[in-house]
Amino acid sequence: MKDTVDPDISLPLTELIVCPQCDAVFHLKEPETGEKAVCQRCHTVLIAPRRQAGLKIIAIALATFILIIGATFFPFLTIDAAGNKNSVSVFDSALAFSSGPMVLLALATAGLIMVVPLVRAMLTLYVLVPIVLDLPPARYAMQAFRFSQALQPWSMAEIFALGCAVALVKIADLATVGFGPAFWMFGGLVVLLVAQESFMCRWSVWNSLEHPKKS
Amino acid sequence: MGLVACTRCTRAWPLGTQTCGRCGHKMVSRDAHSLQKVWAFWIVGLMCYVPANVYPMLKTKTLFENDESTIVGGAVELAHHGAFGIAFIILLASVAIPLAKFWAVAYLAVSVRRPGAGGNHARHLMYEVVEYIGRWSMIDIFVVAILSSLVQLNTLANINPGPASMFFALSVIFTMLSAQAFDSRLIWDKQTKDGTPLND
Repeated sequence: MKDTVDPDISLPLTELIVCPQCDAVFHLKEPETGEKAVCQRCHTVLIAPRRQAGLKIIAIALATFILIIGATFFPFLTIDAAGNKNSVSVFDSALAFSSGPMVLLALATAGLIMVVPLVRAMLTLYVLVPIVLDLPPARYAMQAFRFSQALQPWSMAEIFALGCAVALVKIADLATVGFGPAFWMFGGLVVLLVAQESFMCRWSVWNSLEHPKKS
Repeated sequence: MGLVACTRCTRAWPLGTQTCGRCGHKMVSRDAHSLQKVWAFWIVGLMCYVPANVYPMLKTKTLFENDESTIVGGAVELAHHGAFGIAFIILLASVAIPLAKFWAVAYLAVSVRRPGAGGNHARHLMYEVVEYIGRWSMIDIFVVAILSSLVQLNTLANINPGPASMFFALSVIFTMLSAQAFDSRLIWDKQTKDGTPLND
């Protein structure tokens, strides 16, 4: 991946890789595990294979799936002011907007913090489990993976976690606020989502979807 | 060099191929409508941003007073209470970053049409920052959602979302769409015409 391709030489198209950000063309050379192939022009990471990445991602996706379900329904903050108690789950806070035209906002909030991360975890499992088990790819695996990539900017669980912290400080002098179990689940979720992104090498997934191993 | 590349999976195909044979993503060498879409989403985003700042974001009812605060008003109030850190975060996330985003997207969209505007690397970095940071503006919406579901203490105190929250969410979503519609490959095209040997 060192050199840009000389336009006069014609290489088979399968031996090229094109930077998705800036359209620079490179001669495809797979980096060793742990190394990175970076676009020379705009420094976008093109290929970054990790050891046993598939298994790790599957494990993380499973954990994410369970944590999201748990974090949705357990209370994540409890408030106590002069004997009045209230505890809310993520589900409740999404429903906070559920009056009148605010319903749209409730749907958007619920979608961004629960549905999108959940769908992405499921799509990841659907695509990666057959690859790791050396089975032929699942039906529509490519569409599924493409969809999951398109959803990536809309997965906002980590932003919600920071939002919790801000909300907490805002009302700290108004009432006693405590953390519920879901708060810690959300904390774990944020770490997992970041870890999953760092293990995920898209190019490797596309490559193994295109050339499935014969078992 | 007679190629068109898939921006999803980086596979190269002969020029004119319509959909990527590997992942099925639609392909165009350069998205001709990219700038149109950018500006359309940009304008809608800006239009939503105005009521988001004019209408109240939070309606607070306590025993003695009924309070409606806008985004800026809420931050000023927090600063009065001495919570400068939080006031700063809110001003940063819901005023400074959205405005900077509007400016940055507009600058990028204008710069690909006009020669001599900024270095390619600087503009590319700007594009990446805008793409990354855009989502974080949603934090204010989430804070409103958390507060208004949590603070429902009957007569003692109630917090409810104001109309600005919806406009603000729409504004964030449309600016995200605007940034996504921008075809970052356009940044690098001009360099090729200058004679620098880069193959497109």
